[in-house]
Amino acid sequence: MVPEVAGNGGAPVDAAREVLVSVKDLKKHFPIMQGVFRRQVGSVKAVDGVTFDIYRGETLGLVGESGSGKSTTGRVILQLDKATSGTVSFEGQDLSTLSSGEMRRLRPQMQMVFQDPHASLNPRMTVSSIISEPLREHDEAGGDDRDEKVDELLGLVGLAPRHANRYPHEFSGGQRQRIGIARAIALNPDFIVCDEPIAALDVSIQAQVVNLLENLQDLLRLTYLFISHDLSMIRHIADRVAVMYLGRIMELAECNRLYTHPQHPYTRALLSAVPVPDPTIEAVRRRVILEGDIPSPANPPPGCPFNTRCPMAQERCVEEVPEWRQIESGHWVACHFAEETPDTPVITASSGPILTESE
Amino acid sequence: MTNPTPILEVKDLQTQFHTQDGTVHAINGVSFVLNKGEFLGVVGESGSGKSVTMMSLLRLIPIPPGEIVSGQAMFEGRDLITMELDDLRSVRGGRIGFIFQDPLTSLNPVLTIGYQIMESLRIHTDLQEKAREERAVELLKLVGIPGATKRLDSYPHELSGGMRQRVMIAMSLACRPRVLIADEPTTALDVTIQAQIIELIRDLREKTNTAVIWITHDLGVIAGLADRVLVMYGGLIVEEAPVAELYAHPQHPYTEGLLGSIPRLDQKGSKLVNIKGQPPNLYEKPTSCPFAPRCPYVFDRCRVENPPLISISESHSTACWWDMDNKRPRNGS
Repeated sequence: MVPEVAGNGGAPVDAAREVLVSVKDLKKHFPIMQGVFRRQVGSVKAVDGVTFDIYRGETLGLVGESGSGKSTTGRVILQLDKATSGTVSFEGQDLSTLSSGEMRRLRPQMQMVFQDPHASLNPRMTVSSIISEPLREHDEAGGDDRDEKVDELLGLVGLAPRHANRYPHEFSGGQRQRIGIARAIALNPDFIVCDEPIAALDVSIQAQVVNLLENLQDLLRLTYLFISHDLSMIRHIADRVAVMYLGRIMELAECNRLYTHPQHPYTRALLSAVPVPDPTIEAVRRRVILEGDIPSPANPPPGCPFNTRCPMAQERCVEEVPEWRQIESGHWVACHFAEETPDTPVITASSGPILTESE
Repeated sequence: MTNPTPILEVKDLQTQFHTQDGTVHAINGVSFVLNKGEFLGVVGESGSGKSVTMMSLLRLIPIPPGEIVSGQAMFEGRDLITMELDDLRSVRGGRIGFIFQDPLTSLNPVLTIGYQIMESLRIHTDLQEKAREERAVELLKLVGIPGATKRLDSYPHELSGGMRQRVMIAMSLACRPRVLIADEPTTALDVTIQAQIIELIRDLREKTNTAVIWITHDLGVIAGLADRVLVMYGGLIVEEAPVAELYAHPQHPYTEGLLGSIPRLDQKGSKLVNIKGQPPNLYEKPTSCPFAPRCPYVFDRCRVENPPLISISESHSTACWWDMDNKRPRNGS
């Protein structure tokens, strides 16, 4: 545990923050097999070298488009997928060095809330047995204590004890997500990976679930890695935000700083593309329309992964992978030309350019 | 817009689905007007009836179990609901284009995209093969697909999601429709691709002056696109207003709640306002206001009488008994 002193990058945080999860140069490559002998002909570089810390008690938002590797990052951190290389440390312990028994003993401290509340709850189990399964597995409470604990958990997520004996299909999407959350907090975890927990829900229900997650965080002092493609929701819930693109993190900063002073061309383009529910702003906003699609992670471009779509790209971006560097305290960017991107606001009306074009 | 001329007029449309569990009252009397060249946004959550309304207009709902119980949809002087099916076929894909949400399931995987675009030209126009091909290339260029001539021979799986949606748009525009109905056309797409499609639609509207109905659950997407917005809830239109008016001055508690429950990219708010409870189940025909169980302003009348759309200004109507401006029940209630 290395306490790090926060700079004055606009982050209203305590002087010393404790690192709970530390990710160093993490890679996850999935092999592509072909032919009769299942020879490996290549690999999908889902996560291709990411480095960041998660502080105790914070919500780190991880945003990216589909295929950027954000969900894989979450799964590898929890050791649900084995890393190809790199390390994940939890409270200073390198998880890859642990035996399966040791890992199992550590599991109660780190949990996951899944995206699809239909697929992640066993339809043949009652709510009570779904929520108490982790308790049974980890010998936390027996018999009556367990029932009491289930009632308490149901109460915490806004369901009633009478719901305990029902089956998942009897609930709506939002209620099912509450059941998934109750299961995740059953063992008093420190750390929860929320993998797109609201993506499958209706707008009015999303707010209910997000408010619940926020209340539980205050109550149980939880640390979240909140994975989402919804940049507006991330701004609402996160303390710091990391932006992923094609297996790499492009930019990481304290939440308000990232939204008001994004320095990476991808972040700037991404933020300018998100519509704001306000016709007066939309009428005057400027946009960067990125051309083309996100390249295949099986065949990423050389150099900076964003160079094929970046309006500012130059020769150096094709030749050299940009270094992951800190341009200001707490503000990390992987771009050769981060200092040269315009500093105009990207979300609200703006007169200046969002990105300058390279010749 | 000066002196709007209606191109599509829908009156009291009601659609039900007869299922094993009972009758689902999917839409319960929807009336609206689409004007020439207008961009109409339709907002609502799943189950609000926004897609069923548009599918019913073109009788694209499966019958049975679906049934259009009543209603009228006047388009170019003819009623789409009672028209002969053969006549309706010439309207679908011809005078009225449709873009579906998921371009992967709505394109045929075993036919080239060139064939699929030219199919509607073959059915709806007298163009010869050569002319059809030229028109298809022109359409692909119009929607910004690079290497259009070569792309005619591509199959849907060879294209990315954004490209497939462009193909869908090209198909829907093939016969120069007067009305284009787009059902959540960007929901399955990433935000940078969504921005491309929105830009494309904006551009196309300037060029073709087609009237557009854009169905979405995302209040952000239509904020910069629509002229007018309908808000749907429980199979009914609950509010109708010009876009700026609706966002600045919502007059239905559901619209207000919806706007409060979405986080904003441009500001870090404190708590999200949440609309308590669940959307209504539609197994019974609404006799009271469908939003009453979730409404913060609910009072006696809401529980016994379903409010009709009430005009509160020339262009703004709301289906609510509560006068939000004066914080009291509406006059006469």
